[in-house]
Amino acid sequence: MASHYEAPIRKPLVLGDKGYHDVTVDIAAPVEGRANKQWWIVFTIALVAFLWGVGCIIYTISTGIGTWGLNKTVGWAWDITNFVWWVGIGHAGTLISAVLLLFRQKWRMAINRSAEAMTIFSVIQAGLFPIIHMGRPWLAYWVLPVPNQFGSLWVNFNSPLLWDVFAISTYLSVSLVFWWTGLLPDFAMIRDRAVKPFQKKIYSLLSFGWSGRAKDWQRFEEVSLVLAGLATPLVLSVHTIVSFDFATSVIPGWHTTIFPPYFVAGAIFSGFAMVNTLLIIMRKVCRLEAYITVQHIELMNIVIMITGSIVGCAYITELFIAWYSGVEYEQYAFLNRATGPYWWAYWSMMICNVFSPQFMWFKKLRTSIMFSFFISIVVNIGMWFERFVIIVTSLHRDYLPSSWTMFSPTFVDIGIFIGTIGFFFVLFLLYSRTFPVIAQAEVKSILKSSGERYKKLRDAGKPLYQIKVSGSTKAASAVVKETPDVTEEASEEKVSNLLDALGAFDPSTDTPDDLKKVKGIGPQMEKTLNQIGIYSFAQVSKMTDKEYNLLDSITGSFPGRAQRDDWAGQAKDLNNKK
Amino acid sequence: MYTFSNKLKIASYILMAVGVVGIAIGFASMPHTVEDAKAIVASHGDGHGEGHGESQAAGHGEEASHGTASNDHGTEETHGEGHDASHDEHLLHQLQNKPWAALYVAAFFFMMIALGVLAFYAIQRAAQAGWSPLLFRVMEGITAYLVPGGIIVVVILICSVAHMNHLFVWMDPEVVAHDELIQGKVGYLNGPFFIARAIIFLGGWILYREFSRKFSLAQDEASDNSNFKKNFRISAGFLVFYLVTESMMSWDWIMSVDPHWFSTLFGWYVFASMFVSGITVIAMVTIYLKSRGYLKEVNDSHIHDLAKFMFGISIFWTYLWFSQFMLIWYSNIPEEVTYFVTRIEDYRLPFFGMVAMNFLFPVLLLMNSDYKRLNWFVVMGGIVILAGHYIDIFNMIMPATVGDQWFIGLPEISAVLFFAGLFIFWVFRALTKAPLQPKRNPFIEESRHFHY
Repeated sequence: MASHYEAPIRKPLVLGDKGYHDVTVDIAAPVEGRANKQWWIVFTIALVAFLWGVGCIIYTISTGIGTWGLNKTVGWAWDITNFVWWVGIGHAGTLISAVLLLFRQKWRMAINRSAEAMTIFSVIQAGLFPIIHMGRPWLAYWVLPVPNQFGSLWVNFNSPLLWDVFAISTYLSVSLVFWWTGLLPDFAMIRDRAVKPFQKKIYSLLSFGWSGRAKDWQRFEEVSLVLAGLATPLVLSVHTIVSFDFATSVIPGWHTTIFPPYFVAGAIFSGFAMVNTLLIIMRKVCRLEAYITVQHIELMNIVIMITGSIVGCAYITELFIAWYSGVEYEQYAFLNRATGPYWWAYWSMMICNVFSPQFMWFKKLRTSIMFSFFISIVVNIGMWFERFVIIVTSLHRDYLPSSWTMFSPTFVDIGIFIGTIGFFFVLFLLYSRTFPVIAQAEVKSILKSSGERYKKLRDAGKPLYQIKVSGSTKAASAVVKETPDVTEEASEEKVSNLLDALGAFDPSTDTPDDLKKVKGIGPQMEKTLNQIGIYSFAQVSKMTDKEYNLLDSITGSFPGRAQRDDWAGQAKDLNNKK
Repeated sequence: MYTFSNKLKIASYILMAVGVVGIAIGFASMPHTVEDAKAIVASHGDGHGEGHGESQAAGHGEEASHGTASNDHGTEETHGEGHDASHDEHLLHQLQNKPWAALYVAAFFFMMIALGVLAFYAIQRAAQAGWSPLLFRVMEGITAYLVPGGIIVVVILICSVAHMNHLFVWMDPEVVAHDELIQGKVGYLNGPFFIARAIIFLGGWILYREFSRKFSLAQDEASDNSNFKKNFRISAGFLVFYLVTESMMSWDWIMSVDPHWFSTLFGWYVFASMFVSGITVIAMVTIYLKSRGYLKEVNDSHIHDLAKFMFGISIFWTYLWFSQFMLIWYSNIPEEVTYFVTRIEDYRLPFFGMVAMNFLFPVLLLMNSDYKRLNWFVVMGGIVILAGHYIDIFNMIMPATVGDQWFIGLPEISAVLFFAGLFIFWVFRALTKAPLQPKRNPFIEESRHFHY
């Protein structure tokens, strides 16, 4: 990585007075805490949508593809539209983690984890569609070039649809490996903080025995770079091959050479829009505003603006060259898109994808969170329409006017689409409660160069780190019963309430325990507890939510910390082991 | 401050002088009558043995089936008797085009380098890159060539519109009269509009270049960052202008030499070519200046980054080349595929050789990260890349203008020498005009500390 020096005009990427430990605590919080009501509500909605989708899929498979709105002329519609849409959304993750890694963009570190998760979840949704469309999904393995006993039955290597199978499965595997590699130190962090044995067990398994030795880090960095190098051409290849599904054909509106890079740009465009949609909510719900800052949103908006403009340039190129080519069919295809029966889809696409991102030229708008959220939704809709326009408008007017027709989706088409959205959110919501949603190890690596705290210290000419002189370690015999001096008049009542509940400590009969053994209690906190009059595990083990709150209100430091670390549970265990 | 070394200056003069002589000989030996043309081809046939004759025959057979490169096909096919005569006429036109095409390819190639650097420079500015500010003056020096280089290209285009050459068949009213397809494009492909567009494109690029340079120099003496901010803004604006004009320029200046053929990807494909050539030249000029003891703060990591771009954009170029080629080859639609059929039949060596030079060489040479920091290695790789992209432009222009009469001989090499001399002269003269290291760029410290 580049040196720690950063130009003073660069804005901090981690806001607030955040040190290394604060990063750990903030990022572990959603995993260690409990889900709130809103989470359950959203999760339930997503689950219901998912289950409805499952129902529609079961209906499709048991009855047949006839349940969809497809007809002889329009033989591809929502299925492949949704497929391409989901694959496209999947692009931002790898782009952020791989391409921005190669370009040394530090701001990616706050968003790459969630973007990669989004990638994997959306590629899963995308993969569903071809499999369902097969009609007999249990034969899905036929798309793989496996030796078989069906005589001459073999995959068609000339078909871009087969290349898709290879491209997307490779993409999914590499993305998964890349994602998991990045997760190892973070899972290890959660493992080391875990207090319940079950959690500890799970996160030990997930972190693959990460030890945090220098050798681990060295391998980690190397693997990240190699994977980034591999993933970058993969990002390009996946949507390129998806575009080949259309562009290798001779259908007007599909056969055009600009498709590969333009599909890739469109995919990045829609992917960033989805990242924005998800992270704008997540930063609020998980209280990560200090890490996913307005600057991050602004930068994502700029990427949306750039890729939107590239896509717009490609639309106009297509239109112009259709005229310039002098090929009647090509000219008709585009005229029909803009003015034919599907004009509304075309203009929705144009407005959402080309015009709406242009608002991002204004700093006021691209730094407005509400507006960014709105545009991100608009872009998601626009990109769905783009695929719909390309696919359906090119097909619905084929070379034989007698077979000209329209496409209307059935409830099954709609149900499966909604179902994948539900499935996606089910996965994402589960992820947000169980995974460290920000690559904390990476954020820590830029904390000194780009954290607000350190920037301020540097500007003030102060050293970045100072060893705090803490009170001398207290020997058990040195315990003297004294009035706690931290408490002021107002909190004296609270202290007595607290001690009433926990029981007083009598130095003549009881021996004080080393409270530091409880995870989450450091020397400072132990001192404070002692001052209040808490010395033993037995006292701590009696704490409930009420006492925790009382304690928080007395000490005023690390609110909610005790609950999260389950001090009472830990103390109980420690007391029993004594 | 950099002083233009006398040696280099003299070298650039010699290059230009030799180039001018060669170009003049090329024009002087241009055939004026059909008989001259036949004599030239006959002497070539003798010189090159049977192989050449064969490929020529194949080329002509192919040409009869499509109308891209040919001037008057419609008549050819209906008037069997007149075939020979019109065929010879066609040959004459091709040979008359040859010195012009040679000049045009070289002029465009060096202009494209400056334009590619300008795009790279604007991206660095707009992206607020921290590693590159130390190289800004080098880039500004190279983009200075856009003024003479661009003007020369536009002058050649004006000569075409004035019928001084036949590089663009659609400019010939005779051809248009017999060609329905071109007639459909007259609204876009017509002399005045064509020149107006060329002037707007070039004017816009030069305008950005001059303003950006002005702000860049002013920032050195300023007491605040307002010039830096202005530069950031105009760079973003330029990139939008460039996105549109670069594509249109490619259609106009290159794609329209084959007026029947079209490819939506073409503009971006040309962009990849100019981008990688531009970055390569930045690396080469930087390495040269370093070797002369300038740019002391530029370290291996900067060269490494440039080489990474050379490597990456070479792959990107290949990606676009392959996408365009594969989609047209796969669909096999006659009016599109003829473009590649001609190239594979008549230009097999340069067509596939270029892919080797632009893809295999950079990938193999620059794959290893240690090699990206070896100056001589980067220069060697750079020479292959530049030669490869010259041939790329050659392959775009020549089949439509000289057909199977192509040959990399005196006119082609002289034109390259002349423009190389002019390029060196202009670029290094521009480099002497300002300190090679920007003083007050807010990212200059980051760039000085840059360490990969």
